[in-house]
Amino acid sequence: MPEPILRVDGVSKRFGGVVAVDTVTLGVRAGEIHALIGPNGAGKTTLVHLLSGATAPDAGRVFFGGADVTARAFHERVALGLARSYQVTSLFRRFSALDNVALAVQARSGSSLAFWRPVAAERALFDEARALLGEVGLAGRESVPAGHLAHGEQRSLEVGVALATRPRLLLLDEPMAGMGPDESERMIALIDAVKSRVTVLLIEHDMDAVFRLADRISVLVNGRVIATGQPDEIRANAEVKRAYLGEEAA
Amino acid sequence: MRRALSLAALAAAAAFPLVAQPLGWEFYVGFASRIMIYALAASSLNLILGYGGMLSFGHAAFVGAGAYVVGILMAEGVASAWVSWPLAIVVAGLLAAAVGAISLRTRGVYFIMITLAFAQMLYYIAVGMKAYGGEEGLNLATRSGVGLGLNLKDDATFYYVVLAILVAGLYGLHRLANARFGRVVEAIRENETRMEAIGFPTYRYKLVCFALGGAVAGLAGALLANQNSYVNPNLLYWTQSGSLMIMVILGGVGALYGGLLGAVALLVLEEVFSAYTIHWQLGVGTILLAIVLFAPQGLAGLFARRPDA
Amino acid sequence: MSGILILEQTLNGLQFGLMLFLLAAGLTLVFGIMDMINLAHGSLYMVGAFLAATFAELTGSFWLAVGLSLVGTAIIGMAVELTVLRRLYARDHLSQVLATFALILIANELVRIVWGPQVPLNPPAGLEGPIELLPGLSYSSYRLVIIAVGLAVACLLYFVVTRTKTGMLVRAGASNREMATAMGVNIKVLFTLVFGFGAALCAIAGAMLGPILAVQVGMGESILILAFVVIVIGGIGSIRGALVGAILVGVVDTIGRAFIPALLREFLPPQFASALGPALASILIYVLMAAILFWKPQGLFPARG
Repeated sequence: MPEPILRVDGVSKRFGGVVAVDTVTLGVRAGEIHALIGPNGAGKTTLVHLLSGATAPDAGRVFFGGADVTARAFHERVALGLARSYQVTSLFRRFSALDNVALAVQARSGSSLAFWRPVAAERALFDEARALLGEVGLAGRESVPAGHLAHGEQRSLEVGVALATRPRLLLLDEPMAGMGPDESERMIALIDAVKSRVTVLLIEHDMDAVFRLADRISVLVNGRVIATGQPDEIRANAEVKRAYLGEEAA
Repeated sequence: MRRALSLAALAAAAAFPLVAQPLGWEFYVGFASRIMIYALAASSLNLILGYGGMLSFGHAAFVGAGAYVVGILMAEGVASAWVSWPLAIVVAGLLAAAVGAISLRTRGVYFIMITLAFAQMLYYIAVGMKAYGGEEGLNLATRSGVGLGLNLKDDATFYYVVLAILVAGLYGLHRLANARFGRVVEAIRENETRMEAIGFPTYRYKLVCFALGGAVAGLAGALLANQNSYVNPNLLYWTQSGSLMIMVILGGVGALYGGLLGAVALLVLEEVFSAYTIHWQLGVGTILLAIVLFAPQGLAGLFARRPDA
Repeated sequence: MSGILILEQTLNGLQFGLMLFLLAAGLTLVFGIMDMINLAHGSLYMVGAFLAATFAELTGSFWLAVGLSLVGTAIIGMAVELTVLRRLYARDHLSQVLATFALILIANELVRIVWGPQVPLNPPAGLEGPIELLPGLSYSSYRLVIIAVGLAVACLLYFVVTRTKTGMLVRAGASNREMATAMGVNIKVLFTLVFGFGAALCAIAGAMLGPILAVQVGMGESILILAFVVIVIGGIGSIRGALVGAILVGVVDTIGRAFIPALLREFLPPQFASALGPALASILIYVLMAAILFWKPQGLFPARG
């Protein structure tokens, strides 16, 4: 079996007396949409921090594209091809939607220690940004300041900005948070559309979206992965039902 | 519209010394030079504070460093501006790079404090330099020599040199703000975590910004030493850094002309009030307070309310 | 470099440090709870000193003057808080810097108008002379009283902050403002009271240091810097940190200034020593602060997690 693009090996993290993440091992295969689900407090957020490099694990290793990134800083992982979107929208609120994406494109296209030539002159940069905006469904909204966009549009912009860095793995942290049914549909379509270009690790609560999109699902409960498998397997898994889906059914 | 205003202001500034003579306003030519020098200093802080979002409370130290370079060289017999002014820029820039390298590892109020601390250290070093005046300060024998048939001792000539440098400086700031670097720095101010998430090594950019601001401050210091024909450790005291900050805030944080407008506003305000009363600080203080409380948008309209997070 | 001299300078450092603590305590609470940079804190210290000088002259009693000044400064502090500072809590740090800087200018000028640039303040009668602590060590009795007052206030603060309900609320506010508000604390009233209390502490420091340092316009600026260094070292929002930081700064600064120039003269040629000595002594506490921040970026006892 080929090396997974993201491999987490026995990773643990504790905060004081609380074990947030407990010997978690999982692998995300290239080209798949891998969903991570679990009840609130299961440790998903901590795991995301460990994957992106915001925190270091107490034990275990993280491998990205075969390389050991456990000790690497956030921006170094980004340079290797990891991108993430944020659960709580984190954009450049006073910049326009276009500029938000353009910044991400700028990051990977040459040095920004350039002091003289106006950025506005860089056609290629803005063309690419415009194209990306179109992909995430914000084509007509490019000059709107990000802070003024509707909530659903902001979530789409979040994904757009992450995509602009041309990542190999896209870590989506609850992209559907706070979205109504129409917006959720659009987001599901978007994630499905990018699947061909980038591997996706999707953290989500919206079960409908998860079961429609995911190739494989891992279930995190109390900091441990209790099951990994295809959606049907997970749906049928008794332990999962009891720990998680059981709560939903009840 | 803004273009037209800028050009008109430039034309007025260029014409000023010419009309000052017949109107008997020679004194004000020197005053105007002083305003422009502070405008340069405030603009260099604007780059760091306004565009970069770094609340540096020790900027006066870099201005002072530049001034002392000119003063010390003059005392040692080197009067050429072509030597001392570039050296002032380099020394101030290097100092800023050193201070920034350490300070930028901290955040929030700790950053403010540590920049303040470094500035105070430089202040005490200046006080300790007994060979160059110590607490009393150092008089400059003459203004820097520029050659080219120009005599900086003539107030009008000095005025034009300062004006040229200020215009160049502001133009440079304008280019920088619109270039890739400016964008990055402004975006870091807006949301540093996201910039890291996109792949920018934010520390590096902040450091370069900080050093650049310090370097230009050094140039302002060199001009200031010439303007006063005197350097003195008070140039580096924390209240001077405070004044520079006030100018930037008044004029408009992150606005191109923020430093200029703020310097003009504060210095003119001081001058006007001093003409009426020795208690001019009371008037200036009250106006500043009123502006903060009732006109939160500042002069160029770019204050920010505290973000929610 | 006799042991006596070291002991004497240490006592001086302790004395200065304890007074610094009075300023730092109020400052750290303001900063810690309301996240507000208050540059005008030194002005309260100045007002306290000037009020004490006037009351001392009017009543003839130093201690009565301190008490009256304490009350007067607290009232002034609370008035300023209610009218001006309250509007700044929601604003960004830059606006707070601008506004409180303006307050310094206003305060300096108002004091100059009312009192003039300087007023005399004499130590209380009976304490002008030294007393013998140890054979060979004569120490100013007034300075000993300052140390005693400082320690007494520190104990009182400790008691209030850790044992009383108000103190607990204040500590809660310092570590988590939203939580405190959610618990139903009327943060506005609490805050005005805390500010008034901080102003009173400033007044004590100003009045007690008045006879040693001069009571003059602008005396607040130089001590304010030290107070900020103290709270950064101690950890913002922490009274304990303010105490430890203040004593550390007081002792290091005093001993540094007393001994570094002499120490340098042992090792360096005189012209270097005389130039470098005082400069090095002055920057010592800043080096100390930088070093502590390097090792503990949030200060020694950060109140906020």
